[in-house]
Amino acid sequence: MEKIRIRPVWKEILATRVIQICGYSSILFVLLILFFLLSEGLPAVWTTDMTSLLGTRWYPTEAFFGIWPLIFGSVIVTLGAGLVSVPLGIGTAVYISEIAPRWAKEVLKPLVEILAGLPSVVLGFLGILVLSPFMRRLLDMPTGLTAFTGSILLGMISIPTIVSVGEDALNTVPKSYREASMALGATCWQTSWGITLPAAKSGVITAVLLGLGRAMGETMAVMMVTGNAPVLPHSLQAIFMPVRTMTATIASEMGEVAAGSVHYSVLFLIGIILFIISLVVNVLAFTLSSRKITRSERLLS
Amino acid sequence: MFWHLPSVPAKSPAAKGCFPEDNPLQKRMLAPQQVEKIGIGFLILISLITVLPIILIVVYIFIQGAPAFSWEFLTSMPSNGMKSGGLWPAIIGTFYLTLGTAIFSVPLGIAAAVYIAEYAPNNQWTRLIRIAIINLAGIPSVVYGLFGLGLFVVFLKFGTSILAASLTLSIMTLPVIISTTEEALRSVPTSFRVISVSLGATRWQTIWKIVLPQAVPGILTGVILGLERAAGETAPILFTGAAFFLPRLPQSPFDATMALPYHLFVISTQVPGMPIQIQYGTVLVLLFFVLGMNLAATTIRSRARAKRQW
Repeated sequence: MEKIRIRPVWKEILATRVIQICGYSSILFVLLILFFLLSEGLPAVWTTDMTSLLGTRWYPTEAFFGIWPLIFGSVIVTLGAGLVSVPLGIGTAVYISEIAPRWAKEVLKPLVEILAGLPSVVLGFLGILVLSPFMRRLLDMPTGLTAFTGSILLGMISIPTIVSVGEDALNTVPKSYREASMALGATCWQTSWGITLPAAKSGVITAVLLGLGRAMGETMAVMMVTGNAPVLPHSLQAIFMPVRTMTATIASEMGEVAAGSVHYSVLFLIGIILFIISLVVNVLAFTLSSRKITRSERLLS
Repeated sequence: MFWHLPSVPAKSPAAKGCFPEDNPLQKRMLAPQQVEKIGIGFLILISLITVLPIILIVVYIFIQGAPAFSWEFLTSMPSNGMKSGGLWPAIIGTFYLTLGTAIFSVPLGIAAAVYIAEYAPNNQWTRLIRIAIINLAGIPSVVYGLFGLGLFVVFLKFGTSILAASLTLSIMTLPVIISTTEEALRSVPTSFRVISVSLGATRWQTIWKIVLPQAVPGILTGVILGLERAAGETAPILFTGAAFFLPRLPQSPFDATMALPYHLFVISTQVPGMPIQIQYGTVLVLLFFVLGMNLAATTIRSRARAKRQW
């Protein structure tokens, strides 16, 4: 009788188990994050006054924990960033994917990758030393550290996300669409603008969502250049005033509070809000992009 | 002429516009070719607006930072309240943090990607894993900082330490490593697996001996890009392991540490009267770090593409 080799069998089972556990670890981490945010942040809801929490003043040393100015700060800076990054990002994605000659692609893509890799402190640093003095002189304002400056920086930070996700979306449009359009006599521009871009619509929306999500969650650069003033706006002028975002508030105040204090749990509560926003944005983006896959698969089959 | 083709049903309202006299394209002031020229010019302009600042930033940092840059600057301890001296503890700290992040996130990330690409059935659970990964990728970095503070620093009592900061950064890096590794695994042709299994190899043997070795360049690129991001992050280590200033190097994983990005934040916003040269010098060192890792990743990728025979 030959000896039966059992070794591979238990090895196989062990390897499969370990890998399966690792595969499910992401779910565990999301749950852990949610659990710790909730356990540290939810007490804020019953230990603080609702009137204080939903008020319009953020002044923690005197127990005014109004989160509206912070939410407003995040929203205005993110919208401003979108105004910068959406046209630039999508335009660049269309150019790279549809029109650019090979050499231009090989120059543009690594440059965008470098931007994606630049630490946000570096951009924040240049924001303080170069961009905000320039803005102050340009717009003739008392300070250059405003929501506007922050928006430009955040726009730059979210451009790489929009370009790479958008380019992927454009690349998944079947080649036959372009060929059919060209064969009907459309120009290259008409094809990209009228055929490819609309066909990749849901992917492009995903790109915009992820880019804005990135901008909303950005911390260091915003903290350094937006002037750190948690005030609710009175007019549209607010874009040229200092603001304070949710992320910057957590980053700048968490170091100074005692663990377990009211201030501490309110900061975690802001973390919960940020978590929920990113959850909504990402699940939305995911469903949009996976719907696109099923539809194009149906069309191609 | 394409409008004579019978592809458009005559009764549809669009049909009218397909005859030459009603062609909306011809009613315009500009011919399609002119529109194309303007459109493409516009796209080129947009791309230039996007990338010119990047070139300017890199060149500007090189010019401003070069005077401060020296061997001494890299390898000496900061002195005189960080206003002179070098960056040594911050560089070492960033190295430790990156290493710690790699130790935790690389094996876990690759294993998770292997599960998703090779094992996972196409069901609701796998969909849930995907949503979880996408979610991890989207969570703001400062929220990771909060989580690390809650779990590693306070609950597990690691204190503000390299260990807590590395673990926090690992979880943040995980989605990058998983998604790039998955892509690398999927790009290995199915025929490789079929042949291996038909020769009698088990599923795990196929993955370990055939699929993973083929995917190494792609995995490596993803790992480097993920670690590059972790090395440049400040927000997650703010309350989990970063120290404002330390007179000595960290001695164990339970010590707090200085780190390059946090050091830059400190000297550019928290210390008044900081010599501008030192600030730009620090930025330059960070930039070298990032560009170096970027270059390594792109070189590996393009070499692998050139060598690949499938």
